[in-house]
Amino acid sequence: MLSRILAILLISLRSLWMHRLRSGLTMLGIVFGVASVISMLAIGEGASQQAQQQIAHLGSTNIILKTVKPPDQEVADASEQTIQEYGLRYADAERFRETIPDAQVVVPVRRKPKQVFYQSRRITAEIVGTVPWYTELAPIKVLLGRFLTPMDMHYSQAICVIDETVLDNLFKFDDPIGQDIKISGEYYRVVGVVRQLSAVSGVQDDTSMQSSAQSNGVGGAVYIALTTMKNRFGETEVQFGGSTGMSGEKVELSEITIKVSSMEHVLPTRDVLANLLERHHKKKDYQIIVPLELLRQAARTKRLFSIVLGSIAAISLLVGGIGIMNIMLATVSERTREIGIRRALGARKSDIIVQFLSETVLLTLIGGLLGMALGACIPILVTVFGKMPTVITPGAMILSFGISAGIGVTFGLYPAYQAANMDPIESLRHE
Amino acid sequence: MSSPDAKDSHRQRKTVVTIEDLCKSYMLGHMELPVLKGLDLSFYEGEYVSIMGPSGSGKSTLLNILGCLDKPTSGRYLLGTDDVSTLDDNQLSAIRGKRIGFVFQSFNLIRQLNILENIEVAMYYQHVPKHQRRQRATMLAERVGLGDRIRHRPFELSGGQQQRVAIARALANDPLIILADEPTGNLDSQSGAEILEILNELNAQGKTIIVVTHDEQISSQTHRSVHLLDGQIERIQSNGTGE
Ligand SMILES: Nc1ncnc2c1ncn2[C@@H]1O[C@H](COP(=O)(O)OP(=O)(O)OP(=O)(O)O)[C@@H](O)[C@H]1O
Ligand SMILES: [Mg+2]
Repeated sequence: MLSRILAILLISLRSLWMHRLRSGLTMLGIVFGVASVISMLAIGEGASQQAQQQIAHLGSTNIILKTVKPPDQEVADASEQTIQEYGLRYADAERFRETIPDAQVVVPVRRKPKQVFYQSRRITAEIVGTVPWYTELAPIKVLLGRFLTPMDMHYSQAICVIDETVLDNLFKFDDPIGQDIKISGEYYRVVGVVRQLSAVSGVQDDTSMQSSAQSNGVGGAVYIALTTMKNRFGETEVQFGGSTGMSGEKVELSEITIKVSSMEHVLPTRDVLANLLERHHKKKDYQIIVPLELLRQAARTKRLFSIVLGSIAAISLLVGGIGIMNIMLATVSERTREIGIRRALGARKSDIIVQFLSETVLLTLIGGLLGMALGACIPILVTVFGKMPTVITPGAMILSFGISAGIGVTFGLYPAYQAANMDPIESLRHE
Repeated sequence: MSSPDAKDSHRQRKTVVTIEDLCKSYMLGHMELPVLKGLDLSFYEGEYVSIMGPSGSGKSTLLNILGCLDKPTSGRYLLGTDDVSTLDDNQLSAIRGKRIGFVFQSFNLIRQLNILENIEVAMYYQHVPKHQRRQRATMLAERVGLGDRIRHRPFELSGGQQQRVAIARALANDPLIILADEPTGNLDSQSGAEILEILNELNAQGKTIIVVTHDEQISSQTHRSVHLLDGQIERIQSNGTGE
């Protein structure tokens, strides 16, 4: 049986080889079709995996609350010296800890970009005031020394932990541990160096995943205890200027991240949080970000993206298939006499069908293989020159190979049937 | 002298092909064009018969029906003991492959196959194993005197050589009858004579052969000549040879 299939394929191969140019040109349609299916899927997959990775870094069991400045509401009797008070509070964090049982970890964070000095060097970094258990949410790797401890919290120690960017910019080749850096005129002793493995700190809004540090033109982060930050920086930011003279903002926390025990708890907890916040905040001065939702949304977008890209590619495959059918019909009519001879020599209709079908399928399979090779190269070029991530999945490979075989069968059947149903005598008379 | 006579009579009694009231007509638009008008004939095992008649008298049509390439409009056709008119397409294909060997006027070899492969084709469709196919095809090529040309393609051979390949191919599955439609029609007299010699030889070895021809000289070498005229049997003439 196997040897017979092999024999049939060999005969088909020979007949294709006899018309190399024609076979090659016909095959090109399939080659490009398959290659475009694979590259389109690879580009789509790459884009979506990138988005999903970024979202996943936020933690799929996390809920992130952010302080946002409410739209300016001019109070009627506004005095010249207003201090606008908004944002998340310590009380909020406390409430969450007390009232939400599913909240495993509650991490309050306050951020503020500041200039950081060490000897003659200077860098603008984000001062991150937070709690020791910050590490439970953000994948942070301690490279040197240690991270913040409860003791630092309790005594509002003047110590800090810097990240690699700060290390590189301020210390170059010096050992940073035990050195003092100056922020806003006060000194902090460096106790550790960390590497932040993701952009957790940075989600500014749901669309752009850029880190706030980057978007503010600040490099690096300096972690200090939240209590220290409260004590040393206060909470009120006063700005002078404008015609109004003095204005100020009072913000207690920049964000609160809540981690729940499992993904099922994410959405219910989000609702509870929303309720709580609504009750205690008059203004909408906060934003709730649910990475899980973003993740699901990204998955939906991805599916749509893939469908659109896939359809475009599929159309080119279809065109290739029609080209094949066209050529096969021409081949059949060209070989009418041969068909008649074979029928006279005892070939059944099914033998004729198999013969022509195997030629088409072989043509599309070879085209499919070449297309797969080409399709594997194009995404690499896109990644190298277009700086776009691409991911070739085995599924896409199998799919396009299957499609090309399917096209061979679909578009080969009709010509093969035509060949088989020709009248033997008519075919023998055919010139 | 008595034993060959007995053998002859025995041979004549065993029919290979019988047709009864065989009619064939073509439809041309709404017009029915009768081509064969009720033929009754029997061919016997080992017989060598020629079919003669003017152009358009229906010789090729008859031969195509005998070869199961075409179906009669009415009448009976018995090949051996099978009533062919009741068979379906696959069964007819099987009969063409196994029991009938065709030799055409225009050779009808497959261009892209070499001599050996052309001879093998008929065996291929009967699922004869590859090595056996090779062996038999080589043997047949040698038998028609082309043992040294088996790797050549048809267009590299002369007409006479091509027709010899066609005969070898017709013999591939050891058929019951050989049907030849003007096998020498496209050949010069020298090559034609060679082909006839091979056919004579085959008949001498016991093959039943039916040959359509315009050539009196060929028909005179056969046992019987069936003369068709306008789709009917005009006369059947027994020739002295071999009887
Ligand atoms: N497919 C067809 N449709 C219509 N008429 C046909 C068809 N095939 C054959 N005929 C007619 O049948 C008649 C007999 O044809 P056939 O080929 O049997 O003649 P022939 O005796 O073999 O002639 P020749 O000696 O020229 O080969 C002719 O008149 C021909 O026109
Ligand atoms: Mg004829």
